[in-house]
Amino acid sequence: MRELVFTIQKNQLIAKHMFNFVLTGDTSDIMKPGQFVNIQVPGFFLRRPFSVCDWRENELTLIYKVVGNGTEALSKMSAGQELSILSGLGNGYELREIKNPFIIGGGAGVPPLYGLAKRLVEKNITPKIILGFNNSDEIFYVNEFKSLGLEVTVTTLDGSYGVKGLVTDVIDNCEYAYVCGPLPMLKAVHKKVSDGQFSFEARMGCGFGVCMGCSVKIKDGYKRICKDGPVLNYSEILWDEI
Amino acid sequence: MIDLTTTLSNLKLDNPIIPASGTFGYGVEMAELYDLNILGSISIKGTTQNARYGNDLPRIAESSSGVINSVGLQNPGIEKVINYELPNLAKIFHKPVIANISGFSVEEYVYCAERVDKISNVGLIEVNVSCPNVHGGGLAFGVDCEKVAEVTKAVKKVTTKPIYIKLSPNVTDIVSIAKSAEQAGADGLSLINTLLAMRIDIKTRKPILANVMGGLSGAAIFPVALRMVYQVHKAVKIPVIGMGGISKAEDVIEMMLAGASAVQIGAANLIDPLICKSIIEKLPELCERLGIKKLSDIIGAA
Ligand SMILES: Cc1cc2nc3c(=O)[nH]c(=O)nc-3n(C[C@H](O)[C@H](O)[C@H](O)COP(=O)(O)OP(=O)(O)OC[C@H]3O[C@@H](n4cnc5c(N)ncnc54)[C@H](O)[C@@H]3O)c2cc1C
Ligand SMILES: Cc1cc2nc3c(=O)[nH]c(=O)nc-3n(C[C@H](O)[C@H](O)[C@H](O)COP(=O)(O)O)c2cc1C
Ligand code: FES
Repeated sequence: MRELVFTIQKNQLIAKHMFNFVLTGDTSDIMKPGQFVNIQVPGFFLRRPFSVCDWRENELTLIYKVVGNGTEALSKMSAGQELSILSGLGNGYELREIKNPFIIGGGAGVPPLYGLAKRLVEKNITPKIILGFNNSDEIFYVNEFKSLGLEVTVTTLDGSYGVKGLVTDVIDNCEYAYVCGPLPMLKAVHKKVSDGQFSFEARMGCGFGVCMGCSVKIKDGYKRICKDGPVLNYSEILWDEI
Repeated sequence: MIDLTTTLSNLKLDNPIIPASGTFGYGVEMAELYDLNILGSISIKGTTQNARYGNDLPRIAESSSGVINSVGLQNPGIEKVINYELPNLAKIFHKPVIANISGFSVEEYVYCAERVDKISNVGLIEVNVSCPNVHGGGLAFGVDCEKVAEVTKAVKKVTTKPIYIKLSPNVTDIVSIAKSAEQAGADGLSLINTLLAMRIDIKTRKPILANVMGGLSGAAIFPVALRMVYQVHKAVKIPVIGMGGISKAEDVIEMMLAGASAVQIGAANLIDPLICKSIIEKLPELCERLGIKKLSDIIGAA
């Protein structure tokens, strides 16, 4: 973890309330997909956590949804402005040598899965992608996943795009899944898969493990979502309590 | 050379900057960022007799210039703190630390105090009396002069190290609580703990914190904390560690002018993990500008 200054390169609306946010800065603290950064949005006390969507040398891509005052303020910022960012937070997804895993995402949980898919493909692993959204207005990054040469199934609640329904309606025979999305989705998905890694959200005080604001019970004690997570393993999660 | 040293009872600090309990863990995460040995001391996360998970999530809510937490004293319990966390901290921080202890009964305070008193890298014991008293209808020890005196006396009896009672601001008259701690034998006082607060989500119409209420800290509470430190310092003879909303070097000067012999920095660490380091680096220059040669000279000068 380091506290760094990044410069906004691009802050672009790509779907309803969804912004593609590209920043220039030192990305050397980011090691794995599924890690996150904590952004100081000017005018707000606490930092805002966002998953790394993708990164390369000196370029960080995030995708955020405007849901409240902080993300609203972020959406008004423009290229050239600087932000204080705590980079390289959390454990991230472990890239397992499993041949045909599923990648399952919902809404604002989709971003880190793109970086993950890209790195799995680099390891000659071909994940099957399932992405769920409320409706066609909210869909983003489907083509980016397809450009990696992957098969993508999209579900929408209202059927305005892809399969009508939930991601769980199209999960079939899944042995291993990398998952990120709202909590009800994570819970529903866990019942349809045998094993996998699930990324969780929590309101955070610090984002780097010192305040215990984000601590959840697991089978063997507790874990801090920010430091020991956000990615937890299927078998350690207390599904009835989380 | 500006002299930044200060004294808390028999403890000499290189400078008055101490990360506050609950906002610095046991130092290991912060040690990834900077050498902790520049700090005056460190107040460790509040320790109870047994391990505690704490409250349900969400435990964190934001407010303008502050954060409300309802962590609920999550900690691994005194055994693990003594056998694992404190020795670990001794490896990265080579100065005496402040052991912050909590209890839900007088017996629990006594047990924890007696245990940490024997640990070599503990220089001072900070007794957090903001916990609810399970035998007293759940009211916090810290809101009742007699209960504060009872805990202070009981803890003093079993310890040799300086005992600092950490006061709750959620009281009608903090001065009378401070005086009863002093009369009961406290070696010093730490103040303030967090202010009882809450937020409601206007979309769901429900409180944000699972625990409904939590404690407000951060820049928002600085003037309240300053006022309480000022009042308490005027009323007692024992040293005061001042805290609440400190987020820059100027705040440290102001808190010391109000009567603090040293200061703790809490919520500011959460949003700027390098804040203690920046403040320590900034202090000499600021003192110079303000004509301060020896920082401890300004304690209570206001
Ligand atoms: C590890 C992690 C990764 C995330 N990745 C992404 C991402 O890639 N894209 C994306 O759009 N969103 C992501 N989120 C959610 C994002 O952090 C929140 O939407 C954002 O903090 C909301 O801020 P706000 O000021 O607009 O909302 P407000 O509701 O006004 O915020 C008030 C407070 O609550 C916190 N908060 C509100 N909602 C959430 C939430 N869902 N999770 C955590 N804290 C919350 C805020 O950080 C702030 O402290 C992630 C959250 C976590 C914990
Ligand atoms: C997340 C969090 C956890 C805390 N945990 C403790 C604790 O375990 N024991 C304690 O005495 N005070 C605890 N505090 C209170 C702080 O030590 C400090 O008294 C208070 O936050 C005011 O200072 P600040 O405004 O600089 O944060 C905690 C505060 C925060 C924000
Ligand atoms: S947010 Fe502070 S420990 Fe996780």
